[in-house]
Amino acid sequence: MELSKDTLLAMYYAMLRSRRLDERAWVLHRQGKIVFHISAMGHEASQVGAAFALKPGKDWLVPYYRDLALMLCFGLTSREFMLSLFGKQGEVSSGARQMPSHFGLRRANVVSTSAPVATQIPHAAGIGLGIKMRGDDAVAVTCIGEGSTSQGEWYEGLNWAAVHKLPVICIVQNNQYAISVPARLQMAIPDVADRAAAFGMPGVVVDGNDVLACHKAMVDAVSRARSGGGPTLIESKTYRPVPHSSDDDDRSYRSREEVAEWKKRDPILLFKTSLEGQGVLTSALNDEYETKITAEVDDAHKFAEAAPYPPVECALGPVYATEAYHA
Amino acid sequence: MPEMTLIEAIRQAMDEELARDECVFITGEDVGPRGGVFRATLGLFDKYGPNRIIDSPLAELSIVGVGIGAAVYGMRPICEIQFADFIFPAFNQILNEAARMYYRSGGDWAVPMVIRAPYGGGIGGGLYHSQSVEAFFAHIPGLKVVIPSNPKDAKGLLKSAVRDPNPVIFLEPKKGYRLIKGDVPEGEYTIPIGPANVSREGADLTVFAYGMMHYYCLQAAEAVAKEGINVEVVDLRTLMPVDKTTILASVKKTGKALIVHEDNLTGGYGGEIAAIISDEAFTDLDAPVKRLCSPDVPGVPFSHPMQDWFMPNPEKIAKAIRELAAY
Repeated sequence: MELSKDTLLAMYYAMLRSRRLDERAWVLHRQGKIVFHISAMGHEASQVGAAFALKPGKDWLVPYYRDLALMLCFGLTSREFMLSLFGKQGEVSSGARQMPSHFGLRRANVVSTSAPVATQIPHAAGIGLGIKMRGDDAVAVTCIGEGSTSQGEWYEGLNWAAVHKLPVICIVQNNQYAISVPARLQMAIPDVADRAAAFGMPGVVVDGNDVLACHKAMVDAVSRARSGGGPTLIESKTYRPVPHSSDDDDRSYRSREEVAEWKKRDPILLFKTSLEGQGVLTSALNDEYETKITAEVDDAHKFAEAAPYPPVECALGPVYATEAYHA
Repeated sequence: MPEMTLIEAIRQAMDEELARDECVFITGEDVGPRGGVFRATLGLFDKYGPNRIIDSPLAELSIVGVGIGAAVYGMRPICEIQFADFIFPAFNQILNEAARMYYRSGGDWAVPMVIRAPYGGGIGGGLYHSQSVEAFFAHIPGLKVVIPSNPKDAKGLLKSAVRDPNPVIFLEPKKGYRLIKGDVPEGEYTIPIGPANVSREGADLTVFAYGMMHYYCLQAAEAVAKEGINVEVVDLRTLMPVDKTTILASVKKTGKALIVHEDNLTGGYGGEIAAIISDEAFTDLDAPVKRLCSPDVPGVPFSHPMQDWFMPNPEKIAKAIRELAAY
């Protein structure tokens, strides 16, 4: 499928925007202005490639904590993300009850997520079951790291999706480390995608630093899901060029040389080079993007820093619903 | 009013709710053509078909996790855990996901679902088909915990649970499935989740119980009535949220409280009732608050004499009533 020049540039812009927002979060943490950040750096191609194959507002997403770029594509604003970093009033996923990046966005069908890993996978299967029962034209997408595929929740959720041929897509963003533990200590196989065969669903390995490859794999999976062909497991092989979170120090478990080598394959750098080579992206246009994004990040940062904290009464509830929202 | 057994009332409640709302569906192990190992769903597969009465894989956490996903999508799942003893693989989903979803999303995502589970001993089930699990769940804000003791309540409470926008743990005293019979009103009715029921009026002391133990407490109360001890019996029915008003009013009236449950003593739900009474009805008391519970051993033994030693029964309850009455 040939993507238009505008689409290619929109993808690039989405990746760049996520990266610059992410970088600001690290700066704010090092300045002592926020207490925690967990980064999407290096994962932008996996997420933006996937997002551009979906219909935000129609499709359903059950993300994980590293999905900043995906969330931005689903309509999370920079201001909203910054409110979550600062724990300020109006934070959209949880009213600042949760730590940053525990995403959820009701208006965009992004289900609230927690911190115990892999719990979201059965939820995606359940959403897929609901879609199938109602005959709706939507897909349920969920993301997870490779380490979390060691959890029983992952197996049980994907097994349901396969048994009932549900419109579910699981994207495993394999960045090769679960905090400090390398993938070779998570599993005895080189590719998580091989496990798809055990469920009875297609498993696809894709270069997670190549946004167009990620996009292509997702387009195929979405097409399969929408046509009743059932679930797909996509393994997006990538790398996390920063520590697991702002509380981690990755110097204790991997060499600087290894990190430097992967930074040469940074997904934004690769895509930028490619677009420049095709004459799609010019230096002037890139500067324009950077200026625009910097202004947006500055604005979001200032907005959130100046925002009030939620009143403590907000901690009281809501504990019980009096009515349920329906899809 | 027709007389029916506890399990017939439960089945009728589900049948009526399935007919009333097409969002309602049932999943769990063997709930399909087999009709459940206790036959709670007998006939429902033939009536509603495989899309609404879904035999799940043999994996409890996903029965609940998939139910959560379907619930946030807008369905109304009734998830059956075959025995309460097997609910613990799903504990993470219940505690960290179902119970916390509404609060953690600031009220954006409600989880309207029922988790039914047969519980309790005295049926030759040994350690792993006899457990009482209510204390674990009654500790969790965001959950509702309901335990019916008779057919009329079971039907009315289960219908309320299906319509409730929150996750409801519905624990059924399986020893009473066919043993406990009672009149059930004809036609549509519900019984609200929350209020306890004064099932026997008395003046000398109050016995607080639920489920199978409530059935035994009524028998014990009849036995001691012949000796001139006038016992009030309160069927708690809902453990979370607890009905303090009814509890305190009864203690104010009788001045003495005995709490009976078949879960073991330490950390059991009776401790909460005792705490409420000592905290808010201290000056009404004429005697220490007493608890009759099973012993602090790791489970219900299989062999009959040992099982009988473990389980509270009408004779043991009558003895505890006499001792408290004599205080």
